[in-house]
Amino acid sequence: MIGGLFIYNHKGEVLISRVYRDDIGRNAVDAFRVNVIHARQQVRSPVTNIARTSFFHVKRSNIWLAAVTKQNVNAAMVFEFLYKMCDVMASYFGKISEENIKNNFVLIYELLDEILDFGYPQNSETGALKTFITQQGIKGQFQTKEEQSQITSQVTGQIGWRREGIKYRRNELFLDVLESVNLLMSPQGQVLSAHVSGRVVMKSYLSGMPECKFGMNDKIVIDKAGKGGVTNEAGKSDLGGGGSTSGKQSIAIDDCTFNQCVRLSKFDSERSISFIPPDGDYELMRYRTTKDIILPFRVIPLVREVGRTKLEVKVVIKSNFKPSLLAQKIEVRIPTPLNTSGVQVICMKGKAKYKASENAIVWKIKRMAGMKESQISAEIELLPTNDKKKWARPPISMNFEVPFAPSGLKVRYLKVFESKLNYSDHDVVKWVRYIGRSGIYETRC
Amino acid sequence: MPAVSKGDGMRGLAVFISDIRNCKSKEAEIKRINKELANIRSKFKGDKALDGYSKKKYVCKLLFIFLLGHDIDFGHMEAVNLLSSNKYTEKQIGYLFISVLVNSNSELIRLINNAIKNDLSSRNPTFMCLALHCIANVGSREMAEAFAGEIPRILVAGDTMDSVKQSAALCLLRLYKASPDLVLMGEWTSRVVHLLNDQHMGVVTAAISLITCLSSKNPDEFKTCVSLAVSRLSRIVSSASTDLQDYTYYFVPAPWLSCKLLRLLQCYPPPEDGAVKGRLVECLETILNKAQEPPKSKKVQHSNAKNAILFEAISLIIHYDSEPNLLVRACNQLGQFLQHRETNLRYLALESMCTLASSEFSHEAVKTHIETVINALKTERDVSVRQRAADLLYAMCDRSNAKQIVAEMLSYLETADYSIREEMVLKVAILAEKYAVDYSWYVDTILNLIRIAGDYVSEEVWYRVIQIVINRDDVQGYAAKTVFEALQAPACHENMVKVGGYILGEFGNLIAGDPRSSPLVQFNLLHSKFHLCSVPTRALLLSAYIKFINLFPETKATIQEVLRSDSQIRNSDVELQQRAVEYLKLSSIASTDVLATVLEEMPPFPERESSILAKLKKKKGPGAVSVELEDGKERGELNGGGDRGGDAAIAASNASTPSPSADLLGLRSAAPVSGAAPSAGSLLVDVFSEAGPAAASAGVNDDGFLRFVCKNNGVLFENQLLQIGIKSEYRQNLGRMYLFYGNKTSVQFVSFSTTVSCPGELQSQLNVQTKTVEPLVEGGAQVQQVINIECLTDFVDAPLLNIKFRYGGALQNISLKLPVTINKFFQPTEMAAADFFQRWKQLSQPQQEAQKIFKASHGMDTEVLKAKLLGLGTALLENVDPNPENYVCAGVIQTKAQQVGCLLRLEPNAQAQVRTRARAHTQMYMHTHTQMYMHIHTQSPSVLLCAALIASLTAVCVFLCAAANQAWRAGNTQLALFSLALFLSHSPPLSFTPFFHFLIHFSPHIDSTLSH
Repeated sequence: MIGGLFIYNHKGEVLISRVYRDDIGRNAVDAFRVNVIHARQQVRSPVTNIARTSFFHVKRSNIWLAAVTKQNVNAAMVFEFLYKMCDVMASYFGKISEENIKNNFVLIYELLDEILDFGYPQNSETGALKTFITQQGIKGQFQTKEEQSQITSQVTGQIGWRREGIKYRRNELFLDVLESVNLLMSPQGQVLSAHVSGRVVMKSYLSGMPECKFGMNDKIVIDKAGKGGVTNEAGKSDLGGGGSTSGKQSIAIDDCTFNQCVRLSKFDSERSISFIPPDGDYELMRYRTTKDIILPFRVIPLVREVGRTKLEVKVVIKSNFKPSLLAQKIEVRIPTPLNTSGVQVICMKGKAKYKASENAIVWKIKRMAGMKESQISAEIELLPTNDKKKWARPPISMNFEVPFAPSGLKVRYLKVFESKLNYSDHDVVKWVRYIGRSGIYETRC
Repeated sequence: MPAVSKGDGMRGLAVFISDIRNCKSKEAEIKRINKELANIRSKFKGDKALDGYSKKKYVCKLLFIFLLGHDIDFGHMEAVNLLSSNKYTEKQIGYLFISVLVNSNSELIRLINNAIKNDLSSRNPTFMCLALHCIANVGSREMAEAFAGEIPRILVAGDTMDSVKQSAALCLLRLYKASPDLVLMGEWTSRVVHLLNDQHMGVVTAAISLITCLSSKNPDEFKTCVSLAVSRLSRIVSSASTDLQDYTYYFVPAPWLSCKLLRLLQCYPPPEDGAVKGRLVECLETILNKAQEPPKSKKVQHSNAKNAILFEAISLIIHYDSEPNLLVRACNQLGQFLQHRETNLRYLALESMCTLASSEFSHEAVKTHIETVINALKTERDVSVRQRAADLLYAMCDRSNAKQIVAEMLSYLETADYSIREEMVLKVAILAEKYAVDYSWYVDTILNLIRIAGDYVSEEVWYRVIQIVINRDDVQGYAAKTVFEALQAPACHENMVKVGGYILGEFGNLIAGDPRSSPLVQFNLLHSKFHLCSVPTRALLLSAYIKFINLFPETKATIQEVLRSDSQIRNSDVELQQRAVEYLKLSSIASTDVLATVLEEMPPFPERESSILAKLKKKKGPGAVSVELEDGKERGELNGGGDRGGDAAIAASNASTPSPSADLLGLRSAAPVSGAAPSAGSLLVDVFSEAGPAAASAGVNDDGFLRFVCKNNGVLFENQLLQIGIKSEYRQNLGRMYLFYGNKTSVQFVSFSTTVSCPGELQSQLNVQTKTVEPLVEGGAQVQQVINIECLTDFVDAPLLNIKFRYGGALQNISLKLPVTINKFFQPTEMAAADFFQRWKQLSQPQQEAQKIFKASHGMDTEVLKAKLLGLGTALLENVDPNPENYVCAGVIQTKAQQVGCLLRLEPNAQAQVRTRARAHTQMYMHTHTQMYMHIHTQSPSVLLCAALIASLTAVCVFLCAAANQAWRAGNTQLALFSLALFLSHSPPLSFTPFFHFLIHFSPHIDSTLSH
């Protein structure tokens, strides 16, 4: 279990230090600073083992969060906790920065007391935490006894993430499917590796204790439904054909994780996602797919070396989605050799600039419709060096945002049942949005 | 030096550096650096030429970036351009960049060397200094090649400025250290030596460093410097503190120069010229006097400078070791420092005293400080100082104060640091042994030692105490009594149990008369410790039990009961089980007189160098050998010097590999190794110096040589770097030898070359042709060399193989004898008995016969001997000699000039001089009849060995019986069984029936041994 948690600034000064177990001494704080923050080498493993003590760290802008343990813990659990900790802090005071942490250190210690007990993670649900850990200190003392007992019964009860008696005039639901698509492609256009990691993020303003049911085009569910619906042999052969009604009908999800509110037993038996939602923002599920990914962009690089002192680069990008959709915030990053002494760029669309500090040409396009293509060409002048090493040619990377899910995930339904209050599924206003972003989207050149 | 002009501020550089300093994260820093690099690249690439100032600025920035840890792969050209600038700052930055970032780019090196050459030949002293500093900073071989000739000229030229001379001297020193072969002083020697007379103290200081280094390599050439150095020293020493102005440091005149002069004098023996010597002694006296004067300043620098000179002077006095007066004065001076406040001074004083103690003149003087030293050992806070104090106590110990010192060391041991405990234990053990007047004191001391610091008592220490107890009749009873008492303590160290088990097993009978230590009480006492001990100790205790059965028949039933118990007879440890089974059978089957013979008291051990001493030497490393040398002298040991001492240490450590059978004498390692053993004392040393890796790389190395007399293939030489394998074939008078040079390291050998030379008249006797090898041997690779040999006429010497290569810059030089001996050209000849003796008689003139009588010392069997003789190249003739014990061989030596027929007889003669360890002293006659004087290499240890073996076969039963007995009691059951089996299978009249029984009943695995 987690023995202690430290927060450092970029210089390695300790901002927050909370030790949960006796086996972690003061020297652990210094060990991490010396061996990780001030380490000479560039590549830093998220897990470091120093003198039989394990340090798990994440970095948010300039801030280091490190969880320390001497035991053999589940590393995934520790990281999950650290990310959750970041989320909680962000929801309390916004951006995680040195200044914010210094200003809220009492709050952070309070939070740390609450969400970790003897190194075991406890309730880290922001909504629930906010009911009893508040930033308006004094106001908290005026909570009535009933309110206090209500909070106690909530956080110790079966449904710790939602309190009773929530009332909205307008029942609303916002559902975002956020995906990031990762790609590595060879210069010839062959996909070397590709996967999509996605999240379903919800914001719910619902009265009472509603029971929700979420449906998507999961292949297993669709197949089962197909089997259940059609009994004869002919029906089975029809299954493949059924998929053609709306392009790609079902997706294969490799793995997924759920918010604590989802009933896992029901998911295991029926593969249906049913839950009583927390109030406000939360992440319903996370998933990953690797099959039949729609790649929104194709990058075609062309690099030609002209003698020892010149390099010609031509890069074409093609958008590969419905013409009616618009991709945004497109940025192509073309690395330049280390001995570049000058660059001339010509591009048809957007703006391109050589950034010496990053050793790259950065080409930005605001908007681009589907089924279009655009091109950039650059002439790079090189300084002859006495170094015999050849340029390693790092891959060209790309950033973008598209209004669809590259994995092909579709929300089929989101039903809301509230038996006690008299509103039905139809009365709830539901908003669904798909956003596909680039993860590490690289093409070798 | 020209002042930095106002325009040289390089604002851009300052801004850049402050930008970097202000970066919040590593990433930001890298971004800033990338931006700057791109800027510099575009500036360097730009078409318009840069002026000197901006060039300097950008080169500076590059240098800064490089020093931050980033790679710089351009800008070298610009830096080289800066070298040719006329402005000091630009030139300086250029040189700085080159010294830091030089790489072996050939064309650049050429340009750089050119620029340096120009500067050296310029008349501007600052430029010359810059160039010299650059050469010294780079110090590469290329630099040495280019400038080694030039710099001495600058150094000794009359019109060179002093500052340039200083730089030149230090630059030359650097080049000499880097590549000594390129810096040849030759004609300059005397003029360099005369720099000691230079007016300028700085020049003298710089020059003396160079001279010290040069004269330590070839002292003869620089002999003249001694008198100059002495006069210089006396001038400094006698000068008042204000005379030298700039070179007076806190009222001490030229301390650095004085120290260096004294150090230079340490390279030479005392001056022979009386006047010079007198002057030097005067100087040293003055220095000692000055140390007594009250300090002129309270500052620490003053006393540091003064003491530095003093210590250097004392080490010179110690080095000369010829002035009793000075030595005693030095000792008294150091005695004052022993109680000084300053820890470093105390440390140095103790260290110097250690060396003083070994000088005969000052030994007594050192001894007067014994109380202080003991006090230091007890109260000193710093462990390294305590260590020195212990060393000094060890060094100053002699017969008169041994008891006191040993007692003090023992009492200190209880509180000593863990880091020095083991060494302390060894020292106590050695001193106790060396200066023991009465051995009961020795036994007490060692037992005390084991009691106090049992964990740190190494095997050697208790081996030694047992050796001594066994060899000295007078202490045996006392030892048994003391051990018995010591064992009665409730908690005993295991080493104590070992000693106790051994001694009671041998001499328990001496104290059995006392009812308090009756046999059964002894046995019960030992057995109460049995279960707490490790397996080797238990094995030893079992042996002690069987000895008890012999000593005290009344304990037989009890002991048999113990042996029969499941925990012994079914012990999971094979050694214990075997011992239990065998001892049980032995005790129940053998009659008492057999038992008495088998379990006889151990015979005295041969005297030899104490293995503990060897261990201490090993622990302290070669540096400490000088201290130990004295011990060697005192004991009249065969161990003549540092190198051999090292070997002995290796031998001892090898011999003491932990073995379950408690290998007391290193028996196991000694017995099976083939090798000559001229005297028992150096047995281990010699065996190991032959079998172990040849350590010395200088000088001719013939370790491997003798092994190849009867052998054609094998490993000729091996050290940490190189292995040389050999494969050879001979036909008629021609031979071909394949040498395989294997690089054992992962680094390549450069300029690898081998030469084969035939010294002296061998040139006309042997024709050797070699093929050259590749100059580069990659790490882990092997190269082959073919050598063709033609024997022109008979020869004595062997050709020399000389191997040279560079390993990591250091030149390695190895000389070996190539194993080409005359017997390689033997052609075996078969002949009948009549034929043989007819020829034998024909060759009866004295010069046709060579006879060699030698002693052999090892046991071995006929087959091995036969193999050796066949390996010699001759034909072994069976059924020729009427005496079946003799060996007869015949062969023809083929040379180009002639063919020499050769007959050989080996006549082993066993005059059974019974010695322990299956080793017989036999005499053996060997006749070789040839037409001329012949060198058959019967000196070879292998043949010697063969003889010993034969002797063992013909020896009387008693001898073998005792041998087996001996081996077996020492714990080496296997060896004992083998020698018995050997004996049984080879000597038909079985006269010793009890032994036969004993063998049959012993253990099943003997059957296989017996069957052949």
